[in-house]
Amino acid sequence: MTRHVEVRSGTYRDSVGLMQASRDLRALDGVSSALVAMATGLNLDLLASMGFDTPDGLGPNDMIVAIEAADEETVREATTALDDALAAAPVGKKGSTDVPPPTIMAAARRASAQLALVSTPGGVAAIDAADALAAGLDTMVFSDNVSIEHEVRLKEIAADAGLLLMGPDCGTAVVSGVGLGFANVVRPGPVGIVAASGTGAQHLMALLDGADIGVTHCLGVGGRDLSAAVAARSTLAALDRLDADPDISTIVVVSKPPAPEVAELVTAHADRLATTTVLGYLGEGQPDLTATAERVAAAVGQRWVTPRRWGEAVSGPRPGYVRGLFVGGTLCDEAMLVAAAELGPVSSNIPIRGGHRLDETLTSAGHTFIDFGDDQLTVGRPHPMIDPTLRLERLERELADPTCAVVLLDVVLGMGAHPDPASDLAAVISRYDGPVVVSLVGTRDDPQGLEEQAVRLVEAGAVIHASNAAATRHALTFVQKGQTA
Amino acid sequence: MTAGGSDLTVVTAGVTMLADALRDQGVATVDVAWTPPVAGTEDDLTAVMLDPRRVPANARAHAAMTAAAAALVDVRPADEALGLRAGHFLHAGPPITWDRMSGPLRGALIGAVVYEGLADSTDHAEARLGAGDFTFEPAHHHGAVGPMAGVVSGSMWMFELYDETSGNRSWCSLNEGLGKVLRYGAYSPEVIERLRWMRDVLGPALQTTTRASGPIDIVAIIAQMLQMGDEGHNRNRAGTLMLLKEWLPGLVGSGLPTGDICDVAAFVSGNDHFFLNLVMPACKLMTSAASGVPGSTVVTTMARNGTDFGIQVSGLGDEWFTGPAQVADGLYLGNFGPDDANPDIGDSAITETAGVGGFAMATAPAIVRFVGGSVADAIATTRRMYDICVGEHQRWALPIMDFRGTPTGIDVTSVLRTAQLPQINTGMAGRVAGVGQVGAGLVSPPMECFEKAIAALAQAVTR
Repeated sequence: MTRHVEVRSGTYRDSVGLMQASRDLRALDGVSSALVAMATGLNLDLLASMGFDTPDGLGPNDMIVAIEAADEETVREATTALDDALAAAPVGKKGSTDVPPPTIMAAARRASAQLALVSTPGGVAAIDAADALAAGLDTMVFSDNVSIEHEVRLKEIAADAGLLLMGPDCGTAVVSGVGLGFANVVRPGPVGIVAASGTGAQHLMALLDGADIGVTHCLGVGGRDLSAAVAARSTLAALDRLDADPDISTIVVVSKPPAPEVAELVTAHADRLATTTVLGYLGEGQPDLTATAERVAAAVGQRWVTPRRWGEAVSGPRPGYVRGLFVGGTLCDEAMLVAAAELGPVSSNIPIRGGHRLDETLTSAGHTFIDFGDDQLTVGRPHPMIDPTLRLERLERELADPTCAVVLLDVVLGMGAHPDPASDLAAVISRYDGPVVVSLVGTRDDPQGLEEQAVRLVEAGAVIHASNAAATRHALTFVQKGQTA
Repeated sequence: MTAGGSDLTVVTAGVTMLADALRDQGVATVDVAWTPPVAGTEDDLTAVMLDPRRVPANARAHAAMTAAAAALVDVRPADEALGLRAGHFLHAGPPITWDRMSGPLRGALIGAVVYEGLADSTDHAEARLGAGDFTFEPAHHHGAVGPMAGVVSGSMWMFELYDETSGNRSWCSLNEGLGKVLRYGAYSPEVIERLRWMRDVLGPALQTTTRASGPIDIVAIIAQMLQMGDEGHNRNRAGTLMLLKEWLPGLVGSGLPTGDICDVAAFVSGNDHFFLNLVMPACKLMTSAASGVPGSTVVTTMARNGTDFGIQVSGLGDEWFTGPAQVADGLYLGNFGPDDANPDIGDSAITETAGVGGFAMATAPAIVRFVGGSVADAIATTRRMYDICVGEHQRWALPIMDFRGTPTGIDVTSVLRTAQLPQINTGMAGRVAGVGQVGAGLVSPPMECFEKAIAALAQAVTR
């Protein structure tokens, strides 16, 4: 075994690109472990945990390359492969007069743009977002881990400039039919969505697509926009934008449970708009996303089509508990709301009001719902919509667990998501007999192929619903009543 | 919404995969070559970037900088113009004490003490300076600027420039020429002799000439020189000729002895850097006009005393933020080499602060080799400077950049976010007092100046 650590100073690449580079190195014959990463504190800890010596005096502008391989020759091959991969994105060649823009302001001066998409590291994303607003651009902040104080400041600056700030932690948006981040491929139509929830918005788009209702814009506002502190600043701005758009006849607001006074503020604002507005706040006693989609269909005057199901509507109560394993936070929330209404309090890493919080090990406790997309589970690794590893491991454990009556899963399709999420899940599901119910969020035109994904899961023995609420209700039919967590 | 799908152009910063997804949908993207900010400045940068005063304050500072006028209105001795008493000297850069002074600054002060008759030998002058017999302070503290050592004493003659927009005035000494000269720290008898001739013949002649000519618009001459291959710091050839052209009728008609007229004309036309000492005070008027805007992150001074590099920032007034001056990278005269060069010195970086000099490098292809590169590098340098500036100077158009104005108003936040330092074209003084010029090249401020400035700017953010 040979261990090789080198430092490449002044070479910056984004973390997703480097995770891909690390993965490609690990896939080489003879390479047993590899890390290509910027020398942040987190990555240096990771390097140490992999058993490498960590060089001193490094900063976030230094790239570390660590390779453990069978022999020196393999290390040389690996570093050469890495050189080629990194050289594919040259920056500022010598002898050229081209200067790549180092900031959003500089980029905005080089071309007439309308929108900025910021996905820089969360600790500094507010800097780039402020720069984008100063450049006069509507701005989507994909980055998470921006403080709520900075979010409020950014939204104040945006309001003063008449600009829209989408985010921070805005994973999904559609602007004039163009998908940004994790977005589904939608057909144009009369609906405009304002979404304080990424997967909530995706589910709504998919449900409307299933009823052949088009969506022209889906403006994400960030999951905290309807909190008391942020006071719906971006929601109000987005409502005004959609109200002014002649192509939009119906607006729908989708959000996790909002602060009550903020909900009132948004309701009052919506009442003043010329455009019909459907308010779809999730919460106890509130309509689920499917019911909200049905109300939208009524508002646009189109016939509602009950969301599809693939596979047999089998059921039969069994001993044990429901185990929900989610990649979408809002889908997890919605499932918990539906389940808790029937089963009483449930456990989760993102508990709803009255629910139990799982401990750090996330060991299942009775009826259990886990959001694998929660910030705490995505530190140092891609979102589970891209990297399914963690959830697949957990799925296997739950299916093997005699206290598990039924597994409930979501599968989210669309741009940016895994190219074929069903196959990995199907491989695990087909090895076990326990019932699996899947909520499949996708549109007809999504790149993964909605029908193909559903069929693959059905063949593995799962039941598939296009409605997350219906999937949850179906899962509950496998649970014997009267059991509590 | 304003743009339909196919018309949408998106600026992307961060994860490449997200930009790829947009391009796959046929959307035009402009991708930022993003790098993390200078380590340790993240929190201060965030506070300043989120300060709602920043954008309008920088727009105000930029507007003031580019609206400033600069007319040469008079030539006067420093004691009369600035009230400099005997034994009171000005120097370049931020404040400094004798014990920390570099060779060239000490040399220039020694020469000035001898020239003013305050010591009977250079040794005596050095002893008196070391004993604290004299006062010295930055020229910037008096609205004045000086190239290299920038030493000014009472009997030296100064150009006086006036900005009718702000009512400000600025001053700069008369350029002595190249080689062994006081501003490079030389103080041999020929240096002192030339200073006396400038005091007795050149100064009075230029006063008479300037008063006869009437105000000369220096901003307009700079606009023309930038279209004639001068960048206004290391090349001032066209500017010098145009100034001489303005002066000629007044000089010839001055009634001075023909010999003096010939000597003055020969001296000015024989020194391609003569006009630098007019570009500098014109730039000083611009940056003074931009100074003192609360919340502005625009740099209003870059100056070096041979030991420290200091900057001032609009929103923070006259406070200096300093770091160690660097040695320039460039070409050397004769047998001189890097070991002979003193760290960076002079107020002439006021030209870059106002957007010419190194910032206008693209317009001066004739000197790109002297300052270390190719024509392509020069164009790329000017492009990089646009990326750290808040705007352009509408009157100073660069033909090779398709008549884009010069990059104007260095933004402290942009420097720290991109780690792209301002490029300064400069002369190099010998390390040892008395040697004079040893070369010319490129230099940048130390990042420390900007790190200190952002900390103070963040402190000044009120909420």
